[in-house]
Amino acid sequence: MSAHRLSLPARLTRHAVLIVTGGMMLLPFVWMISLSLKPPGEIFHGGFSLLPDRWNAWENYTTALTAAPLPRFMLNGVAVCAAILALQILFCAPAAYALAKLNFRGREVVFGLVLVALLIPHQVLALPLFILGYQLGLLNSYAALIFPFVVSPFGIFLFRQFFKGIPDDIVHAARLDGLSEFSIVWRIMLPMAMPAVIAFSIFSVVAHWNDLFWPLIAVRQEELMPPSLGIMAFKNEEAGNDYGPLMAGASLVVAPLLIAFLCAQRWFIEGLTAGATK
Amino acid sequence: MASLSIAGITKGFEATQVLKGVSLDIRDGEFLTLLGPSGCGKSTLLRILAGLEIQDGGTISIDDRVVDDLHPKKRDVAMVFQSYALYPHMTVRDNISVPLKMRRLSSWQRLPLFGRCLPNSARIRKEIAGEAGKVAKSVGIEHLLDRKPGQLSGGQRQRVAVARAMVRHPAVFLMDEPLSNLDAKLRVQMRAEIKELHRRLGVTFIYVTHDQAEAMTLSDRVAVMLDGELLQVAPPDAIYAEPNDRRVAEFIGSPKINLLDAVVRTPETIDVAGATLPVPTGCEPGTNIVLGIRPEAFHYVDRFAPGTLGARVHLVEHLGSDLFVHCDFPGAGAPLIARLATDRAPSLSIGETVHLGIDASRVLLFRPDGSRLPNREATVTTLRGRA
Repeated sequence: MSAHRLSLPARLTRHAVLIVTGGMMLLPFVWMISLSLKPPGEIFHGGFSLLPDRWNAWENYTTALTAAPLPRFMLNGVAVCAAILALQILFCAPAAYALAKLNFRGREVVFGLVLVALLIPHQVLALPLFILGYQLGLLNSYAALIFPFVVSPFGIFLFRQFFKGIPDDIVHAARLDGLSEFSIVWRIMLPMAMPAVIAFSIFSVVAHWNDLFWPLIAVRQEELMPPSLGIMAFKNEEAGNDYGPLMAGASLVVAPLLIAFLCAQRWFIEGLTAGATK
Repeated sequence: MASLSIAGITKGFEATQVLKGVSLDIRDGEFLTLLGPSGCGKSTLLRILAGLEIQDGGTISIDDRVVDDLHPKKRDVAMVFQSYALYPHMTVRDNISVPLKMRRLSSWQRLPLFGRCLPNSARIRKEIAGEAGKVAKSVGIEHLLDRKPGQLSGGQRQRVAVARAMVRHPAVFLMDEPLSNLDAKLRVQMRAEIKELHRRLGVTFIYVTHDQAEAMTLSDRVAVMLDGELLQVAPPDAIYAEPNDRRVAEFIGSPKINLLDAVVRTPETIDVAGATLPVPTGCEPGTNIVLGIRPEAFHYVDRFAPGTLGARVHLVEHLGSDLFVHCDFPGAGAPLIARLATDRAPSLSIGETVHLGIDASRVLLFRPDGSRLPNREATVTTLRGRA
């Protein structure tokens, strides 16, 4: 990004730092994939090797797919994440529009509450939400996995910041053109905020696909479990610590996210640059 | 086609009063320009007319119908914004079609995919596309219909904004500094096109600008606004020649009018910085007044004569046919600027003393409070004649 060229030592240092930190991020994933290829004996073997001496990949992956209904878990995950994301956008976009572009008494207070909500960790709310879910009779259902997340303070905040950057003239023009306030949100603001929508979608999907804490509380029935909770099945007392299939299951669970991100990456970057030069 | 009546509009934002009781009647089919420096409240007034902001007091009527409580889309006005306010994610065709789609398609028919399958939807959409194409053609952008606004130049975006406003045939066109983002050459061209558009459509135009050249060339009448007040509403030539207020005289005209403090000596003469000029005022001797002299009301005199002003040349600007001579004049705060015909004035050099005669029939007199003192019939037309 910088216009001037750095000196050679500076460039080397920069790359060294990047490689080391990048390696630290990647190592657990590499280790996960490496373990998923090995037989049990080699996993607990003292030596270090990335590739197994005896390939056990086929067995591990078939166990992962057959011992527990992993495909079912994945489908659950897709349904839950899609529902959460759709509902989050449905609620966040109009709220963010109101906070960014409409003048009403108490707007700043409401926005302050959104910021406060942003600071509260989800774990703090788990117990009240559990009781609420119990009272409403939602526990142990897909709805239980979804309802705590339908309003995302982070989404409201992110969209509000983006909408604020859209000139008022566009909103005015839309009103003169006959759009209602909701039409303005869906037809004008949200499409213009595509970079924010994509960024938020990535955060939301990653967070809820990987979420273990809430599903552990909310559902007991195996057919409802999302993938992260499902692969816990490999780490239980009856099965022992079956690390090979566990790592194979974990690799399979992470794969869709990686593929989705790689596909969205072009969009993501396009969206960011489009936003920058508008 | 509509007449518009604005009565006693006030508007304040927190502590500042932006509009202080603005009243104005605009005739059907008129081209009226709101002219004023930035921050004078002209854009706010335009937004109030459009219904985008709500006034604190006063009423607005379009064709004798009070529209104060009407939503912007029900007022039958269209607006072209300074920033064009095009929807960047839509093609030019979609941008132009939006006003029609919102009016003609039901909310079900507007739904993506599903809406297209509903009865009549396809027919109405086809009609709309046809009309959008026709309007685009009339402003010369039919070849750009499938582009997005980001791929267009400033002038092309301007045309798209105009087309989007035109497509639904509004009764009143509101334009908020539509040319200020264009380069000088394009601005002159678009100015002519807007004039032509007004002639062709024959609807009421209300045009906001801070550029007096735009106001003077386009308008049937100019409304000069300053600090939230309308100072004068008159045709362009009258605004220039007969300003009713010192601030109007200062705002209109480039270079600016020269203002000199003067004292009435006799009803027929005044004293200005040591010189006595034959300017009839009809005021009591000793009254303080302000003398306004447009740069072109000076003429070159080759030697000193009574009733001329002698001043030191400070800067000379050659404009081909004319010279702008900036001169320092003892007793005047700011330098005087005189516009002299090149062929009448010899080549002047800096530091030289130049003698300027004043066309007494063209001076403007103001009271110290800024209001205009009516010109009296001059008994002499030139100062030299008297000398």
